[in-house]
Amino acid sequence: MADVSFQDVTKVFPGDATAIDRLTLDIPDGEFMILVGPSGCGKTTALRLVAGLESATSGAITVGGRNITHLSPKDRDIAMVFQNYALYPHMTVYKNLAFGLRQRRVAKAEIDRRVREISTMLGLNELLRRRPGQLSGGQRQRVAMGRALVREPKAFLLDEPLSNLDAKLRVQMRAELKRLHQQFGVTTIYVTHDQVEAMTLGDRLAVMSAGKLQQVGTPQDVYEKPTNVFVAHFIGSPPMNLLKGTAAGGVVRAGDLESSTPAPVPDGPCVVGLRPESLSLAGPDDARAGLAFEVEVVEPLGGELLAHGSIGGQLASPEAEEEELLLADTAARARITARLDGRLRLRAGDRVRLAVHPGEIYLFDAQTGAAIR
Amino acid sequence: MEAGSMLRLDRAIDLDAVPEKRPRHWPFSPWHLFLIPLSAAMLLPLVWSVVTSLETAAEAQRFPPVLVPKSLQFGNYVNAWQALPFGHFFLNSFLYSAATVAGNLLFCSLAAYAFARLKFFGSNVLFVLLLVTLMVPFQVVIIPTFLIVRHLGLIDSVGGLIVPNLCGVFGIFLLRQFFMSLPVQLEEAARIDGASRLGILFKIVLPLSAPVLATLAIIQFMWSWNDFLWPLIIITTPEHSPLQLGLSMFQGAHVTQWNLLMAGTVMSQIPMLAVFLIAQRWFIQSIAYTGIKQ
Repeated sequence: MADVSFQDVTKVFPGDATAIDRLTLDIPDGEFMILVGPSGCGKTTALRLVAGLESATSGAITVGGRNITHLSPKDRDIAMVFQNYALYPHMTVYKNLAFGLRQRRVAKAEIDRRVREISTMLGLNELLRRRPGQLSGGQRQRVAMGRALVREPKAFLLDEPLSNLDAKLRVQMRAELKRLHQQFGVTTIYVTHDQVEAMTLGDRLAVMSAGKLQQVGTPQDVYEKPTNVFVAHFIGSPPMNLLKGTAAGGVVRAGDLESSTPAPVPDGPCVVGLRPESLSLAGPDDARAGLAFEVEVVEPLGGELLAHGSIGGQLASPEAEEEELLLADTAARARITARLDGRLRLRAGDRVRLAVHPGEIYLFDAQTGAAIR
Repeated sequence: MEAGSMLRLDRAIDLDAVPEKRPRHWPFSPWHLFLIPLSAAMLLPLVWSVVTSLETAAEAQRFPPVLVPKSLQFGNYVNAWQALPFGHFFLNSFLYSAATVAGNLLFCSLAAYAFARLKFFGSNVLFVLLLVTLMVPFQVVIIPTFLIVRHLGLIDSVGGLIVPNLCGVFGIFLLRQFFMSLPVQLEEAARIDGASRLGILFKIVLPLSAPVLATLAIIQFMWSWNDFLWPLIIITTPEHSPLQLGLSMFQGAHVTQWNLLMAGTVMSQIPMLAVFLIAQRWFIQSIAYTGIKQ
């Protein structure tokens, strides 16, 4: 076990845009770190750099203090689980598990002991003589985990390991992954684009976009204090509603929302962020800042419901950091989503007033997208 | 009646969709109208040579050919075997074929893997150059090859047959295309597991390539077993001669002993048939493997 650290790592693919742009990230020993971001953000490339399947254009990667930037994969003592598991189809489960140890010339008795230990732990004992083709998705997943764990690696890399499973199995395996990490305590880097996995599994998240690290922190931190518009919009489901606003004299306006600003804001255009869960139905004499909301679609989720509808004002785009995109002209009314009490009987066409929980209005710089706190 | 014709229609559609893989249990399909005459045409020369090998010398010379001999001359086989050093022929052919099959499987795999997966300067140009040599007819390179083999001191030896044929461009091409179709994650997983490039080739890639290796082995075996021109050029003594060249000794300038020649030919085809049947079984097994690729 060891810590993993990226120091100013850049990866440029020939004839391609920069996949990773000056990534600096420290992952302490035993941490479960999630790399999360939209596809093409460089998260998988970062993982492959640690594995040694790609080589960094510049910068250094260290594992346990040792610079591994230029070592071949086999000398790095790192294990990886692939998205499609990459089990060797011509070998039995036993041989799949033993392969890495045999390559490292571990004694036969020791290999047998470790394979049996790990297969007991993962409930694979019945399957040792089968080939990967005879296993279900969940079983393959466990074999892939076992193949990585059996080597007792310094760090453990997972590349969207749950994305090939059906929804129910995914939830089950998510819990199992967390349990395994608690049990083994191996430094883990986990790549995903799935919100829920990112929020539930990790000790910390590293949010990436377009090759750049946007924010690192605990899931709660990243959710509550996003550093910029991208992170605010990416983390949280449904995503944060972003509106064009203007600040003047300590008051911010977006459509018919008017609120005093939590922090000093320079006068001028800004982006106002409202989490769907920060909105609730306003009472008749609600003192909180509110908006007139016209319901268009209602998605009941049982305990709560998602109401999609429109308010006066305009949306801001989270996609780019440039002013013109952030404040690009869109429809005259902004479509937003609110997460409301499931007992409400809302219907399409209803006009209600939504109140914003005080202190839950996010403000972002209209030019840079950086959070204003 | 209605149900029966419907059923047949279903099967005809199935046949179109998966022509090779479906086991055919039905007694007759329209395709057979085309296939049966075709296979008869293919079988005729084979049957004719077997029949001729069992005829007397006089019957074998007659025209139009005698397709039903009066008596079966099994003695032709004994005579043919004794007339020429068939033991040597078989041994030489076997050595020639086995060594070139082994050589092609090994060396073509190595080269093909390099072309499929390793990035090195000029790899694409080199590969194209290699493919271009496929278009150069053998007749063009006979003399240089002969000079090289003579320089190596291998004229009139089985070694002289084997060495120039240890690795072929066709094999490299065939294997490279197959290797490129294997999921690269398997190799990445093996690299992380600690396997070297050679380890990956021998422990991961080749075991998964059994179908294409069987194909290459069959093709190379048939090619070497049936090779006539190259042995004709470099082999001068009967003891060093492979089968096809040895059989030509039945063909004299004035008289050809057709019945003995055919007896020898039939004998010479038996190992090839055996190799095909064995490799074919393997082949089917290998295809079953490929089904479990993720």
